[in-house]
Amino acid sequence: MAYSEKVVDHFNNPRNMGSFKKEEDGVGTGIVGAPECGDVMKLQIKVQNDTIVDAKFKTFGCGSAIASSSLATEWLKGKTVEEAGKIKNTDIVQELNLPPVKIHCSVLAEDAIKAALADYQKKADSK
Amino acid sequence: MKFPIYLDNHATTPMDPRVLEAMLPYFTEKFGNAASRNHAFGWEAEEGVETARKQIAKLIHADAKEIVFTSGATESNNLALKGVVEMYHEKGDHIITSSTEHRAVLDTAKTLETKRGVKVTYLPVDKFGMVNPEDVRNAITDKTILISIMFANNEIGTINPIKEIGKIAKEKGILFHCDATQGVGKVPINVQEMGIDLMSFSAHKIYGPKGIGALYVRKKNPRVRIAAQMDGGGHERGMRSGTLPVPLIVGFGKACELCEQEMAADAARLSVMRDRLHATITKALEEVYLNGHPTERLPHNLNISFAYVEGESLLMGCKEIALSSGSACTSATLEPSYVLRALGVGAELAHSSIRFGLGRFTLDEEVDYAAKKIIETVTKLREMSPLYEMAKEGIDLKTVQWAAH
Repeated sequence: MAYSEKVVDHFNNPRNMGSFKKEEDGVGTGIVGAPECGDVMKLQIKVQNDTIVDAKFKTFGCGSAIASSSLATEWLKGKTVEEAGKIKNTDIVQELNLPPVKIHCSVLAEDAIKAALADYQKKADSK
Repeated sequence: MKFPIYLDNHATTPMDPRVLEAMLPYFTEKFGNAASRNHAFGWEAEEGVETARKQIAKLIHADAKEIVFTSGATESNNLALKGVVEMYHEKGDHIITSSTEHRAVLDTAKTLETKRGVKVTYLPVDKFGMVNPEDVRNAITDKTILISIMFANNEIGTINPIKEIGKIAKEKGILFHCDATQGVGKVPINVQEMGIDLMSFSAHKIYGPKGIGALYVRKKNPRVRIAAQMDGGGHERGMRSGTLPVPLIVGFGKACELCEQEMAADAARLSVMRDRLHATITKALEEVYLNGHPTERLPHNLNISFAYVEGESLLMGCKEIALSSGSACTSATLEPSYVLRALGVGAELAHSSIRFGLGRFTLDEEVDYAAKKIIETVTKLREMSPLYEMAKEGIDLKTVQWAAH
């Protein structure tokens, strides 16, 4: 199975790879997946005035999983928290031309976005 | 160095040019049907087939009459299991095999269970992937008609104690089938000394053509009988009908002859190369785990897991090298290798496994390039891995509550 050009590009030149300190103000962290399933994604957002000013990821998984999370960080930057919640896995599938067998990678990326947003919200509410 | 580099010789091997040369006349001027008894074209083809039969038999210390040609090892495995069950069903209905067999044996056994009510014992293997002969002995009942254990595993290269298992089978008077697809032509195999009654193997794993294989069927002590699984002209002593593919058979014979002559030198060279590959990788990277047996393994096989890195992404990062992974990211079930799981390798390490298969045409510089590229890619992917980060922070990954999906 050949990978789409976009998947290869994200895999070779991952965007926003890295980590923020979890406890830092305005940072939301989502970790989804499980090592025994072969995919774990960590997605982090940094929010200022309800806008995502930065995003980072680290992923254990196949090329499509890495590309999905890399793409997600690109899309998250500049979006409001509300807009970010509207990113759908199907958008990722379309952008990266993922084959059916790789759709779960995009689902995982959507879950990671939701988890990061929820974590951010929880931290904001507890203040 | 030519790219891509081929290090997947367990999947298939390139044909040796000497094999091709031997085959070519049989596509054109020597095109006869080996079953044509009345003219020179047939005699010429038959002679080619019989020479090949002798070359093949010699490699495994069998008699030429004991070689039955098939389309490949999958058919040989099917023919052995189904043919024995059908022929000996009045004697019993129990088969013993192991959990790390190739799918061609496991799925055939499953079919026999569901369609013919055969009872199958799937023996476990130890942490190196080896079957314990005593487990074979203990699984035998008065209904057991066949023991089917592979010679060497296609993923991890572990070589089973075939001679011991053969001895037990003889003692108990039970037929012993061995799927030796990965072993024939790579390490010495002697069906007499090892007590093998039926043995499957194929040409394309030993630098021969695809589409031709053989089932060794013992002729005496005991005389093994199998029921044909295909009706037709009664070729191959009635066990496998169908016009013989003469060019493929001639190539198979030549490939066996070359293995007989060069196997020892190939094995010696490849095991040194393999050990150097392993040493270079383990020297440069932490948390690299060998899968399979440290010594009782095929000389050209190396299977290792790189903790915190998913196998398919590793292959993607080394796309100029043809390798195989136990990760099942592309499979519909998302289950990693059942072979590694049977060894007790954790699912996360099974997803992280890579199989290297060296071969007759593998060069030193190719292996050195592969080692360098693997080390670079693993390092890069670990930087990208949240698991590696967590492990570095001192978090025990086994205690983490994962959101399974």
